[in-house]
Amino acid sequence: MPSVDLTREGAHVMTVCNACRYCEQYCPVFPAMEQRLTFAAADLNYLANLCHNCGECLYACQYAPPHEFGINVPRTLAKIRVESYEEYAWPRPLSAAFRHHNLLTGLSLAAGLIVVMLGAALAANGALVRDAGEAADFYAVVPHDVMVGLFGGVSLFVITALAIGMRRCRQQFAGSLSVVPALGDALTLRHLHATGPDCVTAEETRTPWRRWFHHATFYGFMLCFASTTVAAIYHVLLGWPAPYGYGSLPVVLGTIGGVGLVVGPVGLWAQRTHRDPMLSDPSQEQLDRSFLALLLLTSVTGLALLVLRHQSLMGLLLIVHLGAVLALFLTLPYGKFVHGLYRTIALAKYRGET
Amino acid sequence: MAADSRDYDVAVIGGGNAALCAALTAREAGARVVVIESAPREFRGGNSRHTRNLRCAHGAPTSVLTDAYLEDEFLADLLRVNGNETDEPLARLVVERSAGCPDWMRGYGVRFQASLRGTLHLSRTNAFFLGGGKALMNSYYAAAERLGIDVLYDAEVVSLDIRDGLCRSIGVSTRRPGQAAGSSATESAPSAPVSIRAKAVVVASGGFEANLEWLEEAWGTAARNFIVRGTPYNRGTVLRMLLDAGADSIGDPRECHAVAIDARSPKFDGGIVTRLDSVPLGIAVNQLGERFYDEGEDFWPKRYAIWGKLVARQPEQIAFSIVDDKVRGRFMPSVFPPVEAGSIAELARMLELPVGALEATVARFNAAVQPGSFDHTALDDCRTDGLTPEKTHWAQRIDTPPFLGYPLRPGITFTYLGVRVDDRARVLTPGGAPFGNVFAAGEVMAGNILRKGYIAGIGMTIGTVFGRIAGEGAARHAVR
Repeated sequence: MPSVDLTREGAHVMTVCNACRYCEQYCPVFPAMEQRLTFAAADLNYLANLCHNCGECLYACQYAPPHEFGINVPRTLAKIRVESYEEYAWPRPLSAAFRHHNLLTGLSLAAGLIVVMLGAALAANGALVRDAGEAADFYAVVPHDVMVGLFGGVSLFVITALAIGMRRCRQQFAGSLSVVPALGDALTLRHLHATGPDCVTAEETRTPWRRWFHHATFYGFMLCFASTTVAAIYHVLLGWPAPYGYGSLPVVLGTIGGVGLVVGPVGLWAQRTHRDPMLSDPSQEQLDRSFLALLLLTSVTGLALLVLRHQSLMGLLLIVHLGAVLALFLTLPYGKFVHGLYRTIALAKYRGET
Repeated sequence: MAADSRDYDVAVIGGGNAALCAALTAREAGARVVVIESAPREFRGGNSRHTRNLRCAHGAPTSVLTDAYLEDEFLADLLRVNGNETDEPLARLVVERSAGCPDWMRGYGVRFQASLRGTLHLSRTNAFFLGGGKALMNSYYAAAERLGIDVLYDAEVVSLDIRDGLCRSIGVSTRRPGQAAGSSATESAPSAPVSIRAKAVVVASGGFEANLEWLEEAWGTAARNFIVRGTPYNRGTVLRMLLDAGADSIGDPRECHAVAIDARSPKFDGGIVTRLDSVPLGIAVNQLGERFYDEGEDFWPKRYAIWGKLVARQPEQIAFSIVDDKVRGRFMPSVFPPVEAGSIAELARMLELPVGALEATVARFNAAVQPGSFDHTALDDCRTDGLTPEKTHWAQRIDTPPFLGYPLRPGITFTYLGVRVDDRARVLTPGGAPFGNVFAAGEVMAGNILRKGYIAGIGMTIGTVFGRIAGEGAARHAVR
């Protein structure tokens, strides 16, 4: 549950909003609010996850600070949102990560994993050598079984953690879900104003960039995921081991996805620095940065690996890339990534109740 | 301000809707324009920041208005609430020009809501600003900045040099940024006034509704119990200066747009959320525990504007809306929680009302309720018989605990006393001759059209139409 103080703040904000309703055509948060008369912690979690932080309602608000009512819907809902992430997280002890996760811990985790894997690789075969590079033979550096075991295990854990989180969220939101239209809303970022004027970065400053960079990030991520899946099918079902040619499906998907995962996170990072700080919860800055940095580290090292896979550096690069991917995976359930899952559930509930 | 004196073609005094409409129009006509806003940037926009829509005539459905609202009907609505006392040619001008407002506004980045079937039932007659009046003002100020209009915030007009019907200069004193009006504790000495010279002046500085002393002159000590719904910066300073300089005054200083709002609201700037929509669903009693007006006379959006003055006439200017659990959730939620009690006697004690009197009032009311089928969305047949005053619709027995009570006070939106103007927005003298270069728009002249009543969104229509007329006239005068 959001803390007592935050629940009180959220209820105050929503009570003022519900008596005003001027913002009702900006986004689903306000119509959803209008269906309620009181705002308990579960209602606030739902509304908070429905909010896309487009920012319009802050500038439109006659009660925004310095008014004595001090209404800042985007910031209050952002604060509630991160507490809802903690609440849904599995296993519970790791929920504290949402409060301590920052750029440094994210990158340290990646660095630690890289060092450990480097050590293991050197100890096992000492093969971070020219031969592996010339043949672009990844499995000479990290044997296939080790890679599958390591990533399979991590993936299993991550999927379990995310699934439990989603189930907890869904149970709390209750009511019927309408998933298909909600997926459409989520995939188009409809409520980041994909269908109308763009969302704000500052008062009366509307640009499409945040939405486009998010698309580049999300679809880049999905293409990289597709690339890995296709490669796994090639390897396991068809018996075609990596590496694959530049024109092959896994490489094409991975390249396009990788470029998206460079452009997107860099753009989102830049957007954050230009955005009015009043629109966000400053304490979550680090959480977002860690996620963006790990995405970027993954894509940059992945692309470098593609270009340099025949070079002597390949072995080192592969380990750096795998370390970055592993760190990204491990932090998925305890970082910014979860927003997509819970927001989609919130959108499905919204579609279900309207 | 660095210099002691600045020259402009047009100076606009005020920073709300009418002021910005005048400034933008004058700027488009080629004038060098300054806007002198007494509020700090955060609270700019006068009462417009609390508004939500403007009323406009239209012959066919548009993207923002349903059905049709013809000029004749609009004018008839306006004349009806004002008892035909309005300056009809000016009222007609507002109605005629209202149709063109939304397109003109869109040109400056203003956005409207898609028409909706809202709780106010107003989407046929009124175009709603997306996000409300503050968003509207943000659009106008951004446009002003783009077009090179100078905007002075925290800038209080301290003198108008008017001689021979011409305003020659404006004395302006600036407060330190961030310092709120009325917070005397932090008030430091304002800067020495600077003089702004302009070839034409548009006064769009609002009414005097936030000037408690002036309200007391009009209403006596009752004014002390009024709550000001809007900006604390509308103190009528410039209105008074114009009257002192010989402008013809129009309207009764007691007349105003005032509604009944929650008595627990902040003294200033509480805006829309302080409203209470529970009145038609129950009874309203005064401090003596007695009813005083037909709560069910008509739909609340058509009646809320008379309840401010009704409450103002009650002892101590307070009243109480009392409903029972049956109608909870049937009215817009209030920002303040109701006082809840298990019995009428307990409720009376909690609201500090005479117990016996309130119990008797409720008992008499309950006994007088006639059978009917309750429908809060229509003028239903639930009424009382044999009471003074009767309740003519939505009369249901108040018999289901918990009983809910909300305290009510008069909430003043804006005053109607203003300066008389002609159809070119020129300020007139009592003989009918206009000032040479002084124009007025918005609340400061709304009394030409509004004498008694109010219809939703008309203030913004008057401000937009007369703001544009004043801006055009001022620019023509200045750059001819």
